[in-house]
Amino acid sequence: MAASTLKIENLHVSIEGKEIIKGLNLEINGGEIHAVMGPNGTGKSTLASAIMGHPKYEITEGSVFLDNEDVLEMEVDERAKAGLFLAMQYPSEVSGVTNADFLRSAINARREEGDEISLMKFIKKLDGKMAELDMGEEFAQRYLNEGFSGGEKKRNEILQLMMLEPKIAVLDEIDSGLDIDALKVVSKGVNAMRNESFGCLIITHYQRLLNYITPDKVHVMMQGRIVKSGGAELAQRLEAEGYDWIKEELGIKDETVGQEA
Amino acid sequence: MSVDTKIAFDQEYIKAYSEKCQEPKWMTALRQKALEKSENLPMPKPDKTKIDKWNFTSFKHDVAGEAISSLDDLPEDVRDLVAKDQQSGNLLVHRNSTPVFSQLSNDLKEQGVIFTDIQTALQNHGDLVEKYFMKDVMKVDENRLTAVHAALLNSGTFLYVPRNVEIEVPIQALYWQEDPEAGLFNHVIIVAEDNSSVTYVENYLSYGHDVESVANLIAEVHVGQNARVTFGAVDNLATGVTTYVNRRANVARDGKVDWALAQMNDGNTVSTNTTHLIGDGSYADSKTVTIGRGSQSQNFTNQIFHHGQNSEGVLLVHGVQKDSASAIFNGVTKIEHGAKKSNGEQTQRVLMMNEKARGDANPILLIDEDDVMAGHAASVGKVDPVQLYYLQSRGISRQEAERLIIHGFLAPVINELPIEGVRKRAVEVTEGKVN
Repeated sequence: MAASTLKIENLHVSIEGKEIIKGLNLEINGGEIHAVMGPNGTGKSTLASAIMGHPKYEITEGSVFLDNEDVLEMEVDERAKAGLFLAMQYPSEVSGVTNADFLRSAINARREEGDEISLMKFIKKLDGKMAELDMGEEFAQRYLNEGFSGGEKKRNEILQLMMLEPKIAVLDEIDSGLDIDALKVVSKGVNAMRNESFGCLIITHYQRLLNYITPDKVHVMMQGRIVKSGGAELAQRLEAEGYDWIKEELGIKDETVGQEA
Repeated sequence: MSVDTKIAFDQEYIKAYSEKCQEPKWMTALRQKALEKSENLPMPKPDKTKIDKWNFTSFKHDVAGEAISSLDDLPEDVRDLVAKDQQSGNLLVHRNSTPVFSQLSNDLKEQGVIFTDIQTALQNHGDLVEKYFMKDVMKVDENRLTAVHAALLNSGTFLYVPRNVEIEVPIQALYWQEDPEAGLFNHVIIVAEDNSSVTYVENYLSYGHDVESVANLIAEVHVGQNARVTFGAVDNLATGVTTYVNRRANVARDGKVDWALAQMNDGNTVSTNTTHLIGDGSYADSKTVTIGRGSQSQNFTNQIFHHGQNSEGVLLVHGVQKDSASAIFNGVTKIEHGAKKSNGEQTQRVLMMNEKARGDANPILLIDEDDVMAGHAASVGKVDPVQLYYLQSRGISRQEAERLIIHGFLAPVINELPIEGVRKRAVEVTEGKVN
């Protein structure tokens, strides 16, 4: 599979009439892991939701392309089928639908009618990925995210990532609320995905996760834009010194959206 | 436009019809009296649903169904309704209200079980039918439609299980309205004598879409002391059929009734499911699933009346409303004075799939006794757009996401339906309605 490119240009996103993202540019290629960091309220999660097509977010300007395909013209399910994936910060619970049935529907949605994944092959793959993530067998038959703890939901997002094998994945605060053991498991899952055809955008405000998943590029988001980019060393400096030096460098007093200097 | 709710059948017609069916005199007289009463009785008044414009008068009453020589003569989709393990078992098939196939195992016959169409029962077991027909459980003069039902009865089943007889395999009755104009006035009587047990499953099926007709259905269930009746139904009548259905049981001491109702009609429907827990220690469990679609309007009343001490009743209803369908769900738990230590629980959940669909749940607890337990839970809500987004974000289409959510919403009830055949059929019909 050839590497894909997700190209975001001059993106503006509003929620309920309020502009949150104000002209954001970002390019992610297959084989690369990017991290978007930043304090709370700077528009990081909005970026993730807008890429996937969350119904509450409105794109007012700009473009998002996956290779030559206009992502913003697509329905949410079409975006997924084109190769995008979003591990959500707050995954929904769906009662009465088992994890296994849901995953099988999702896999088969990408395949032609008559070419559905065989049950044996599916179970084998599911068992394998669940073992990698230290998930007990019972997770396959539990209802989708229903009654899952925060950590279990995050693991379940990574399980879906591994089962669906997207071209480009966005992980929205996949590390929040995880203890160190769970963090290691989740990181292991993401690292197992790493290859030349897989691109990944990790959204986080803790450097901690990046100790386990080394990013190729790190971006800092403030006031709805990327204000600084660098390599893995940028994340380390942020961990050591915080964000104040960037604010100083750029003359930003309040980094949250709507507080432009 | 005002709709005439008077039926176009007179005393002469009723008398001639009854005689043609070779019914006992008491039945002819009962029909005639019912017709007379129907003219002055009020229509039923389901809470919050207006039925004054509904069709209750346009139908054909006496439509013959063509005989079959074996089940193979039935169209495939009708034959599919026959539970696999039933093919050599106990089955009654009505075609346009004409009994065309009837089978009861010799073993059960020898034990004194009667399972036959209502006309045959009236001819061969007239006294027994008279003892139970609209006497204790239902009354002829409850409203205009119950009286019309008695006057025009044209189909039905009589199932009698003697004392101490326990029937393991389900007994099935199939009511197939092949002619879309054929009206169905179907009367089911189930008598489970003391210490007996039986499972009865009924399927109503019609096609013909918008062709107007009427189904006026009554099931009366007598549960003896320490007897157990499991009653399953899959209603699947077409858009043009107005349905008025009463399923009611009286339960004696330590008796038990389980209702498993998949109410999947496509037309306007008023349904009442009632249990009277008369004896001490009697028990009722009533589960209903339904999907409304198109522009149909439905009203469901599920009620359990506690008369006996230590009686226990559990009501569970899950309903999905699609398109511009509307439905009212009334759940009634009534604990009468003296029904000490009784326990009544009810849960109603309604899911609306879009803006135009309407659903309303009315949980009602009426308690005239201090020493009881009772509880209810009700929820009515629209499908969560974020839930749809989550499923779609994995590549699942909007339609498939809705299908998963509807199945998931109904699953907690469907999975608990006590009869496998009803469970499977409920899933199949759900599938047909969701796509």
